[in-house]
Amino acid sequence: MIKIILNNKPVELDVDPQMPLLYALRDELKLTGTKFGCGAGQCGACTVHVNGVAMRSCITPVSAIAEQAITTIEGLADNNGKLGDSAVQVAWREFKVPQCGYCQSGQMMSAAALLKAIPLPTDEQIIEHMQGNICRCGTYKRIKAAIKSAATRVSENKSSATASLSTNTINNPNGVEIFDARQFAHKKQGA
Amino acid sequence: MNSIENVSRRGFLKVAGITSGTFVLGMNLPLSNAQAKLATSALNHELNFFVSIASDSMVTLVCHRSEMGQGIRTSVPQIIAEELEADWQKVSVVQAKADSKYGSQGTAGSASIRNHFTSIRQIGAVAREMLEQAAANIWQVEQASVKAEKHFVIHTATGEKISFGELASHAAKLTPPESKTVKLKNNADFSLIGKDVKLVDLDNIVAGKAQYAQDIQLPDMLIATIVRPPVVGGKVLSFDASEALKIKGVVDVIALKPRSIPVTTNPLSGVAVLANNTWAALEGRKKLKIKWQHGDKAFHNSSEFSKKLAKQVNQQGETVAKKGDVYNHQYNNKNTVEATYTVPYINHSPMETPAATAIVNGKKCTIWAGTQNPQWAKGNVARELGLAKDEQDNIELNVTLMGGAFGRKSKADFIIEAVELAKASKRPVKVIWSREDDIQHGFYHSISANYCKAELTDNGSADYWLSRNAYPPIGWLWNAEAKTPSDAQLALGFGDIPFALNNLSIEKHAVDSFVRPGWVRSVACINNGFALGSFVDELAVKAKVPTRQMWLNLLGDDRHVDPNENGFKYSNYDLDLTAHPIDTKRMKSLINLISDKAKVEQKLPDNQGWGISFLRSFGSFVAAATKVEVVNNKVTVLEMHTAVDCGIVVTPDRVKAQMEGAMVFGLSIALMGEISVEEGKVQQSNFHDSPVTRMNQVPEMHVHIVESDAPPGGIGEPGVPPVAPSITNAIYHASKTRIRDLPVNKVFSV
Ligand code: FES
Ligand code: FES
Repeated sequence: MIKIILNNKPVELDVDPQMPLLYALRDELKLTGTKFGCGAGQCGACTVHVNGVAMRSCITPVSAIAEQAITTIEGLADNNGKLGDSAVQVAWREFKVPQCGYCQSGQMMSAAALLKAIPLPTDEQIIEHMQGNICRCGTYKRIKAAIKSAATRVSENKSSATASLSTNTINNPNGVEIFDARQFAHKKQGA
Repeated sequence: MNSIENVSRRGFLKVAGITSGTFVLGMNLPLSNAQAKLATSALNHELNFFVSIASDSMVTLVCHRSEMGQGIRTSVPQIIAEELEADWQKVSVVQAKADSKYGSQGTAGSASIRNHFTSIRQIGAVAREMLEQAAANIWQVEQASVKAEKHFVIHTATGEKISFGELASHAAKLTPPESKTVKLKNNADFSLIGKDVKLVDLDNIVAGKAQYAQDIQLPDMLIATIVRPPVVGGKVLSFDASEALKIKGVVDVIALKPRSIPVTTNPLSGVAVLANNTWAALEGRKKLKIKWQHGDKAFHNSSEFSKKLAKQVNQQGETVAKKGDVYNHQYNNKNTVEATYTVPYINHSPMETPAATAIVNGKKCTIWAGTQNPQWAKGNVARELGLAKDEQDNIELNVTLMGGAFGRKSKADFIIEAVELAKASKRPVKVIWSREDDIQHGFYHSISANYCKAELTDNGSADYWLSRNAYPPIGWLWNAEAKTPSDAQLALGFGDIPFALNNLSIEKHAVDSFVRPGWVRSVACINNGFALGSFVDELAVKAKVPTRQMWLNLLGDDRHVDPNENGFKYSNYDLDLTAHPIDTKRMKSLINLISDKAKVEQKLPDNQGWGISFLRSFGSFVAAATKVEVVNNKVTVLEMHTAVDCGIVVTPDRVKAQMEGAMVFGLSIALMGEISVEEGKVQQSNFHDSPVTRMNQVPEMHVHIVESDAPPGGIGEPGVPPVAPSITNAIYHASKTRIRDLPVNKVFSV
């Protein structure tokens, strides 16, 4: 039995420890927002956050993430808001980024992790960080624009945003969408 | 969500369903009351399947076409709502199942709007007239004195109004007017068409809640992965499943039934591992031991084959179209350009690999699949299950969103696989293709060679034009003897050369087939458009004029071109040639537009160059311009433009999105698109060796949409063909290296 903190809730997984997290999420937990694209770490469709950092769930065995905090697209939104209300998601809607939409969970998870690490990324930093995510429909231009817009929106809300960045606050209402669940995980463990 | 809406939607889902015994009504209704009254009229009026209005005024519209990212689930309802005078805020959309009562559901050939614009408008207009009639009856006035506006019908004289919701039950009792007689709006009065409305699936996609074929979950469901014959036409000689069955979670290993050539759109056969979860299925698959008999396609080698095709097109072929005489002419070498172009096999690689889920229970079968062609798939499944024609409705085929398709999901092979395995295992089965499966067992854009020759004329144009091509025809799927493309295939940027020429010969060649050919976004326009767009640039270089000038000179006077005059049976993408003419004026203005917008004649640094190209396809006109830099043998694409004239635009932002996507798709084709085959086996396996465009390769992009009142053309495909030649032309102007054999990464790093 492997325990993880998934989208802020403790979850137990009774699966082969070698099973990649992607299949545990999709087949066992029926959380299908995280997508399969290549199964080989090549496309980013399966991107989730492990302790706030973007990871390819298709090549991450569940044994490697025991007791860790996992965020999927279903948990990306600010927990106080409705589903889909994180800064990245708001920007994705504003720029009508998706075409087929299939890659977009992974794109948004990667983008959110980028903005957590670099609140105001340059074009080069965006490209550097996002080139692991393939969009066969070709929405890259809008992805770039949406990331910039989300970054600007967050930085304009400076006081609370930076505060949340520095303290890794869970439930930041101002849209730095990755809560750092490490703290939460530790709390749980300690309890 | 309030309960009224729920009831209405349930009712509607029922009527939008597939059981033929169910009566389908236009206006939603207390089903029980309205059903009997409308029975006759609905029978005569297929349009009524599409619109439902509940007493709370919520309108539910059916989208009968399949969504693969083009936004059709927004555009079709948007057109219906326009004519219905519905308030977009009060519209919800239901996806149609596979059912012939919807008319064509085949979502391919960029056809949804260009071929069905009028009939989709009529759906809304019929419903609107019924609402107006209902209101006129209530007020006891002439129908002409009332008009629908924003979800109400208004009595123009008094300003009195009744909501659609209040009128629904009254309208439900009326006989629908003939769709051909209803009055459609004037273009000038459009309030939704041409506007960017809220996209139907956007919120769900962004929240990670959109459901694709791979996302279907059923109780007791098994997941299947299939090892297919590495060579088309190959067979399983024997297999050993003992180790695979030891994997925890593996439930069964099933040999699919053998298939033969012609391959049609059947599965390729092979051995399936069925398991409780994907991981177990994949682990089991690794342990399978299979002995194959590869069959007679095992000698195919694509790089040799490409050379063979290139040789072939340097010979005279079979005439497709002819004018004057190019063969009794002494070409002046100084003024003659001759070139052979090749394009390799190309795969679709949709982000979501093919997937389908099926339950088979005796003669009953329920399917969930991302399919571009629901009715075709249903017919295939019926045949698979041995159902008679009148038993087809035992099959319920639910159409899911597709995570991209690009032509791949027109074919039902993966759906038949799910049905075959569900039947054999007596459990619900979801078949999921791995990325390796998708890349190695696809329906590829055919490997091809094109040849062009022409002589420059004194007036800055060219004549004595020869165009030839050779590639495995898609018809081979159904007819193993097929060796040349059909006229419809040859119409794609080949038999319809629009230039003002006095002497012309267009020729095809007979070619054998070795892998499954398929329709990849813009189909033969990929290779024909590459050849044409490259060759015009080569002519311009020879003539020492800007490429824009060569296009304009070749196109000549303003006129409507009729390829039939050259003896070619031209199908014009199934569009009427009068309504959708090959209009050289529109072509020239587009070429001028792209050249001006991109400033392609500006002076550039030495290592940089602009390239332009153009193709009319699927009823739309698209020009592309690309700026590249070539330094240290590396090509960097710096800037791209497309200009599109697709007639009336329904959803401008989605037209723009399709053009952006086409540029990225074209970049993939031009720079690195290649499936190679050795000993009959595809050599690539995943994105590491079958790369597609990534963000770091995408330049600044601009889309220019021409305003037009012309009937709408297609939009999913026409953006693609001019992109690759615009890139290779730019490379020439930057580096003086002419790329005639795609992809570019054979010569330059990209
Ligand atoms: S599915 Fe994980 S990177 Fe492609
Ligand atoms: S939106 Fe279709 S793959 Fe990205």
